[in-house]
Amino acid sequence: MKLTINGKEQEYAGEEDRPLLWYLREDLKLTGTKFGCGVAACGACTVLVDGAPMRACVTPAASLEGKKITTIEGLDTPAGKAVQQAWTELDVVQCGWCQSGQMLAAAALLTEKPKPTEQEITDGMNSNICRCATYQRIRGAVARASEIMG
Amino acid sequence: MPDTATFSPSRRFVLAAIGVGAAGFAVGCDSRTAEATGPVTLTTLGDYVRVGSDNTITVYLRHIEFGQGVSTGLTTIVAEEIDADWSQMRFEHSPADNAKYGNPAFGGMMGTGGSTSIFSSWQQLRAAGASAREMLRQAAAKRFGVDASDVLLVKGKAEAGGKSATYGELAVEAAAITPPAVESLTYKDASAYEFIGKDRDPAKKFGRLDTPDKVNAKAAYALDYAPEGALTALVARSPKFGGKVGSVDDAAAKAIAGVTDVVQIPQGVAVLATNFWAAKKGRDALKITWDDSAAETRSTDAMIADYKKLLAKPGLEARKEGSGAAGLRGAGEIITADFEFPYLVHAPMEPLNCVIDYKPGVSATIHSGSQMPTGDQMTACFILGFVTTGPDGKPAPDTSKVSVTTMLAGGSFGRRATPDADLVSEAAQIAKAVNGKAPIKLMWTREDDVRSGKYRPMNVHRMTARINNGAIEAWGDRTAIQSIMAGTLFDTGAPDFSSIEGSNDIAYDIPNISVDVHLVKNPVSVLWWRSVGHTHTAYAKEHFFDVAARKAGKDPVELRRTLLAKHPRQLAALNLAVEKAGTLPAGKTRGVAVHHSFSSYVAEVADVTVNADGTFHVDRVVCAVDCGIVINPDIVRSQMEGGIGYGLSAILGEALTIKDGAPVQTNFYDYPPLRMNQMPTVEVHIVPSTEPPTGVGEPGVPPIGPAVANALLAVTGKTYAKLPLGAKA
Ligand code: FES
Ligand code: FES
Repeated sequence: MKLTINGKEQEYAGEEDRPLLWYLREDLKLTGTKFGCGVAACGACTVLVDGAPMRACVTPAASLEGKKITTIEGLDTPAGKAVQQAWTELDVVQCGWCQSGQMLAAAALLTEKPKPTEQEITDGMNSNICRCATYQRIRGAVARASEIMG
Repeated sequence: MPDTATFSPSRRFVLAAIGVGAAGFAVGCDSRTAEATGPVTLTTLGDYVRVGSDNTITVYLRHIEFGQGVSTGLTTIVAEEIDADWSQMRFEHSPADNAKYGNPAFGGMMGTGGSTSIFSSWQQLRAAGASAREMLRQAAAKRFGVDASDVLLVKGKAEAGGKSATYGELAVEAAAITPPAVESLTYKDASAYEFIGKDRDPAKKFGRLDTPDKVNAKAAYALDYAPEGALTALVARSPKFGGKVGSVDDAAAKAIAGVTDVVQIPQGVAVLATNFWAAKKGRDALKITWDDSAAETRSTDAMIADYKKLLAKPGLEARKEGSGAAGLRGAGEIITADFEFPYLVHAPMEPLNCVIDYKPGVSATIHSGSQMPTGDQMTACFILGFVTTGPDGKPAPDTSKVSVTTMLAGGSFGRRATPDADLVSEAAQIAKAVNGKAPIKLMWTREDDVRSGKYRPMNVHRMTARINNGAIEAWGDRTAIQSIMAGTLFDTGAPDFSSIEGSNDIAYDIPNISVDVHLVKNPVSVLWWRSVGHTHTAYAKEHFFDVAARKAGKDPVELRRTLLAKHPRQLAALNLAVEKAGTLPAGKTRGVAVHHSFSSYVAEVADVTVNADGTFHVDRVVCAVDCGIVINPDIVRSQMEGGIGYGLSAILGEALTIKDGAPVQTNFYDYPPLRMNQMPTVEVHIVPSTEPPTGVGEPGVPPIGPAVANALLAVTGKTYAKLPLGAKA
């Protein structure tokens, strides 16, 4: 079965029920996608599937045939680049473990709503947990990325 | 909780380690080696500084970076004294070596914790930077044929008489210079600082050193490390604290494709597989009968009731002023409240893990994100049989056989500082059980993390005050709590600071004070959780202070000012936070708290909206912090922001409860960390100071709970004595 990951076609021959997260991390060595809870509760494993954020920890790789999957390693859309620049400018990260998921969620939000209001930022980012509580900087960085995108 | 029958380093051994370490420690610059690695030559100048022929300067961190910013903070201290250009600075975790990298605050063991990293490294790293700088200066003087005093060092270059050379070019020659005596070193005047105290500046690319790799996903965490051929191991542990494995039927587990082994270890039953998913399915398929004959059977309600029974009697004395407890009897009104604090889970975002590669009889290598790498190393030595004879003729760990590589950790909050080396002992037991047939990648799921103990201890504070003539005349604070230190190498037999810190050093000038503690035994395992004792002592002290002040008819902030007259640093933090908070907007309520922890002083003002239906939202927090000389103001701010968020998370909604001896909560859906919609706007103000720098990782946490509770008290008149607060005021 063929999956497209970061623009590259991959042949998936694993088990039916194995979540995408482990295929990415263990087989493809794309370890930027993180494990946080395994039950779709934290967003650390967020990837984009055809541009929409999705929880890789509960999505079987085998269910994504023909889909375009983007991980942090392949986030090179204008929104993605703006997000990474803004995250750097504001020194958002602390431990960093949640941040790939945060940046992918932010890129998806900004692709859909390039000029989000404060409330839209909170709503769009609320399902991603940051245990280090970098939320204030994430809010600021999403707004800054929106500015960078012009 | 599984019985971890593993080695805990003895006090005797630790003291021996300090003895060995003392010399290298004081000097900080005693090894001079140069090694070639491909085209770049790396030259160490002392124990902490390495200069590359590519002109990079790498600082060895004896503390682990888990988000608190030490990779930038510690590096900044060296960059300043060595006169570097910021773009050449790098960091790397040091190897596990107590002799070179022990932390005096951990009895000479390597350790990250207690917000001691900057505090304990300040003088040492200034010396390391200054010493390397003088070695470079002399090397330049020799090369240029001038007097050392004529060499100008600026931004990673030495210049004199029209000649110049980079530090990278001078490194090998510098390593041949005898390091100057520590007493002869001179340090930069604060007015000349280029980096210390300077703010993040994106235009100059001056900011956190760990940002770039964490933004582009190149950062190397332990969970991302997987050597070729490694087997992933998950362990089934007793659901009840104190339970043991009875019998195991592993037939179904072994039938899962990818499962290679099922082995019993002291901590439970380990399933090994070629990947995580197979290991998880294998563990789910185990049929284990648990032997609960010695297991805990109580629920947390019953434990709390037991704790409260103890509170009727005096405990171990921790502080007495005036006539102590006797002062609580007499004229005026007596008020009292029992403050109940639940067990809390650290829940660092990166689930717990480590990798061990064991070659029987030869060596072991460990990759982990540990706060106590040398403790882990010694534990692995004993489990795996790397034992030699110590100077006293007794068995000692042969640490030359076991290396530890410290990786970045995705948060910790205290969870990765385990005196019993829980992760490494599990991994080592598994590696031993399969005779080192493959590297073992031990993983904990989030469920394992939430349900396997090492919690902030549950506790009850019985707070009592006597109010007379508009004054608090007596203060009583009696706690029942499990000791974190008991049974560990930090156990001194006395009531340990982790139970009473923040209670016994109450700064308010009250004529009669009594603080005492009952140390309770309980099979639920406990551990330091970001700000340790202060997580509850600050709440009990600062919230009950407002209750008492109001009872006395006093404005709580004004009364604090009066009673803190002899504590200028707490007072200054309080005044700065209150001043910066300004006028309270209409429709909101405000609470204030101030607390001293880990040698820093933090005041927080919380503005809260209480809605008509009783729900409430913390809108804004103004924080003032005095942490001495500030190395990096933006990291101070980020640690205050994070500490406030972490503390708020706990007081709003976190509790680990126990039913019939087993944890009730499972994962983030029933143990909910703070989310963005609950995060207030945080403003941080720094009290200017010339005192030595102190920690910021923990001190932001303690004041937030009582500040919020005090804001609620101001409108509802209620005492918020049971945590978490829940959704309604
Ligand atoms: S790991 Fe997938 S949502 Fe938490
Ligand atoms: S930065 Fe640590 S969990 Fe978000």
